[in-house]
Amino acid sequence: MSTDESPVVIRVEDVHKVFGDLHVLTGCDLTVRSGEVAVLVGPSGSGKSTLLRCINQLEEPTAGRVLIEDVVQGYAPDPLPDGRWQKLSAAQIAAQRSRIGMVFQRFHLFPHLTALGNVMEAPVQVRGLPKAAAETKARALLERVGLADRADHYPSELSGGQQQRVAIARALAMDPELMLFDEPTSALDPELVSEVLAVLKDLAADGMTMVVVTHEMGFAREVADQVVFMDEGRILEQGAPEQVIDNPRSERLQGFLASVL
Amino acid sequence: MSTTPTPTPPVGAPAAGEDFVPIRARAAPRPGTWISAVIVALLALALVNFLITNPVFEWDTVATYLLDVKVVQGVGWTLLLTVMSMLLGTIVALTAAVMRRSDNPVLRGVSWVYIFVFRGIPVYTQLVFWGLFTVIVPKIVIGVPFGPELWSFSTRDLVTAFWAAVIGLGLNEGAYLAEIIRSGLNSVDRGQSEAAKALGMGNGKILRRIIVPQAMRVIVPPLGNETIGMLKTTSLVLAVPFTLDLTFATNGIANKLFTPIPLLIVAALWYLAITSVLMVGQHYLEKYFGRGFDDRTPGPRRGGGHGRQAAVNSSATTPKNPLPEVEL
Repeated sequence: MSTDESPVVIRVEDVHKVFGDLHVLTGCDLTVRSGEVAVLVGPSGSGKSTLLRCINQLEEPTAGRVLIEDVVQGYAPDPLPDGRWQKLSAAQIAAQRSRIGMVFQRFHLFPHLTALGNVMEAPVQVRGLPKAAAETKARALLERVGLADRADHYPSELSGGQQQRVAIARALAMDPELMLFDEPTSALDPELVSEVLAVLKDLAADGMTMVVVTHEMGFAREVADQVVFMDEGRILEQGAPEQVIDNPRSERLQGFLASVL
Repeated sequence: MSTTPTPTPPVGAPAAGEDFVPIRARAAPRPGTWISAVIVALLALALVNFLITNPVFEWDTVATYLLDVKVVQGVGWTLLLTVMSMLLGTIVALTAAVMRRSDNPVLRGVSWVYIFVFRGIPVYTQLVFWGLFTVIVPKIVIGVPFGPELWSFSTRDLVTAFWAAVIGLGLNEGAYLAEIIRSGLNSVDRGQSEAAKALGMGNGKILRRIIVPQAMRVIVPPLGNETIGMLKTTSLVLAVPFTLDLTFATNGIANKLFTPIPLLIVAALWYLAITSVLMVGQHYLEKYFGRGFDDRTPGPRRGGGHGRQAAVNSSATTPKNPLPEVEL
């Protein structure tokens, strides 16, 4: 849980994203404080995933900027004399990304590596952690997501829920400052959703700063500090769950809630 | 009915706890299998008869020269040529394929020109060119163009007939393999590099640790095909001229004895034998790079042959009853 005095971890300022003729994000502002759980909801195509992907630079904002712990993402801190912004190199961007964990809708585990190998990969390859230390850490993380006994299984030998939990452990292995979840339960069979949500709740209770795109309104109500409703590329309503979910002001949100609840 | 004794289970009845009797089935008739078997058996007999009774095959000559020193050495050189030129070809091809995918337009262009030239010229012509390399380029000079000479060496000592053959075969092969490797790299799901990026991995690491190992699964079958093709293409190295390979050795003996047919059989048997060995190697490579992709070939880390469903069941994360909503 965070308070208004907690330091700001994510600051999204007037972000626009244009794909060809498509204006996917039309000026989004979002502030997430340390230890806070922000849940993004909205109809498909509303720009939730794009906004999330702008936070860890999988998408480059067309306008506006994203700051993580007050550091501009993707550009040098100060503009050049002519007013342009100096883009960071690929290696510098990779370093910024390595501090942000991300979990995908379709897991994207590395199929040629075991569960343990998936979790060890980035600490060894990016941080240069010795293999033995990385393995100890990876086993502890797999234990945490309840998969200690699946460490030597390949992703194809795991259920969807198990794969997603390995993906969460893989992201946690980099000791991220914050975690992004892009519809983490949307590709799962209904009976497997709860095991993944349980891990998310556990993380939230531990004080992880999280941004979660989801359609699970029960989860939003229970865990979110702020619920953000997006529609047609802009944020229409945001606030505490009881305010946004239980007392929607806009007709758009009322209609959306009626369709998902 | 209550007086009827319960029937005793038939022999081979299910063990305790299994409350089903497997269907005792008789296979559906398949006359086609039997008819084709008879026809093929007759044809095979006719072939064996032909091979044994036809005097032109001179099987005693085949036996004499099958393990002849020159022939066995020829096998060795052919194998060496195959391995070395495939190695060179693969390295060049991987470089060209990565360059083709690069953001850098200069690298993309260089790769395109390489593939265009080396795929477009017959390998025989290329081998003749490489054989004449020491004539075309007698001396390699390191220096400033039109300016002073810093260092130079004669190519005659470096590009021997063997190396000319390896370079010629390897560079030609690289152009074909580049396209195979490129399509292999493209076959890996985009989500894979995205997930690796999100973990903070750089482009080189993503390629080496994530993309290439997965692409190999797609690349290895055609790579095996190309290796077997290369084995046979090495018979063209007399264009260089390189004169120690299997085909040249058997041809030489045949010309001396005026008996081409038995020595063609010697060469054919050896090529088939090497191909069989290569096929075994390919099988193991496919198994290695297919790990994690197929339940039927569990990876080296796992002893058992559990399937995905078995893993899901044993994890006990799914409810025992698959249809909870109809539970009463």
